[in-house]
Amino acid sequence: MLKELAKFKGFSAKNLPKEEPFAPGHRACQGCGEVLALRLALKALGMNVIAVSATGCMEIISSPFPYTSWRVPWIHIAFENAAAVASGVEAALKVLKRKGRFPKNRRVDVVVFAGDGGTGDIGLQALSGALERGHDFVYICLDNEAYMNTGVQRSGCTPYGAMTTTSPPGKKSFGQMTWKKNVPAIAAAHGIPYVATATPAFFLDLMNKVKKAALVNGPAYVHVYAPCPTGWGSKGEDSIRLAKLAVETRIFPLYEVIEGKYYITRKITKPKPVEEYLKLQRRFRHLTEEHIREIQQRVDAEYERLLRLAECL
Amino acid sequence: MPKGKDTALMSWKEVPFGCYILESGNSVKFKTGDWRSFRPVLDKEKCIKCGQCYIMCPDMSYNQDEEGYYIVDLTYCKGCGICASVCPKGAITMVVEEV
Ligand SMILES: Cc1ncc(C[n+]2csc(CCOP(=O)(O)OP(=O)(O)O)c2C)c(N)n1
Ligand code: SF4
Ligand code: SF4
Ligand code: SF4
Ligand SMILES: [Mg+2]
Repeated sequence: MLKELAKFKGFSAKNLPKEEPFAPGHRACQGCGEVLALRLALKALGMNVIAVSATGCMEIISSPFPYTSWRVPWIHIAFENAAAVASGVEAALKVLKRKGRFPKNRRVDVVVFAGDGGTGDIGLQALSGALERGHDFVYICLDNEAYMNTGVQRSGCTPYGAMTTTSPPGKKSFGQMTWKKNVPAIAAAHGIPYVATATPAFFLDLMNKVKKAALVNGPAYVHVYAPCPTGWGSKGEDSIRLAKLAVETRIFPLYEVIEGKYYITRKITKPKPVEEYLKLQRRFRHLTEEHIREIQQRVDAEYERLLRLAECL
Repeated sequence: MPKGKDTALMSWKEVPFGCYILESGNSVKFKTGDWRSFRPVLDKEKCIKCGQCYIMCPDMSYNQDEEGYYIVDLTYCKGCGICASVCPKGAITMVVEEV
């Protein structure tokens, strides 16, 4: 166990922080799971943060001029370089502390919020560089499985079979033809101290993981599953239900990778069939039984692989 | 036809240099409650004060009262129905918003 985490007792339903570093009046769609994940992450981090946002839904809905939903210092940056900018912020803080222009013992967490497109596709090399250089920061990917802000285009994180405007099903296509890119595994491959996956449905788990990510020295990466009713064709009220089902079907397993060792944080012994999850979303409505079987097989195999990683390493 | 200057937030001459917003969290002035077509209604008899509705609301609409109940503030509530769907006791019902 990392020594930075030894003292952390974890949040509980009874001692949730009251502060809301993210203000209401934001313009996320009704039932947006991504803004809920953002709210929970910031609640866990508290007010002593500098947030860096790549362009994407969360930037757009939080900052239409002349309003801002941010109650903490926030910098909006281009689509592809959030991790590079966070690196600069972290380096600047170090220098200011060294020069005595910022209190040495004041703890400030530098945190990135970026979408799946901004993380797994266009921002991947900036992310890789920042992880490899070892900056002390937290990178939170809010994964709604497509480029939602610009109108639902497929990304590398879009799941197999999903309908998006650039992976439309039709005579020659069944939707997204590739399997979801495993970005947490890419982050873990950098040998950074802390990687985790989380979902707003298990809010304490999410908040604890984000807090741990901030507490560790060096880079930390948290991949958060974020239901998007608008892009997925699901009901706003179902966002939490879907976030839970994604875990219960083993589609989105919850785990941590601490210093290279995998720990499954919620073991699913009796998984629900993937169909239960798929059928609540319009983006999967066109799938045939054959496709669903294929998805089930893939999910089973991936979970097996994860179990082996958690046991053998 | 209303003129631009009557409907615009401000004239371009008043836009601060760099489009800075100097007041943190001022989106609280933008009341998203008027997006709502359904409204959550609480039945206190059934409520066990667990706070699920409070923590799962994407629009930070719940506050706890002196008795410990979580009460919705409709100023920002968009009527998504998440609170009603996560309540373990079925204490919240979504009803059609009156106009
Ligand atoms: C270099 C560049 N290319 C394209 C865009 C347009 N653009 C802005 S946000 C966005 C999609 C964001 O997707 P994602 O990162 O998944 O975030 P989401 O909106 O889904 O939360 C795109 C394509 C841009 N701003 N900059
Ligand atoms: S498009 Fe999706 S992620 Fe973006 S604000 Fe709407 S629900 Fe949230
Ligand atoms: S979720 Fe239901 S039971 Fe829990 S506090 Fe809210 S209304 Fe009461
Ligand atoms: S309906 Fe949605 S926005 Fe309104 S209080 Fe419930 S969870 Fe919050
Ligand atoms: Mg996205």
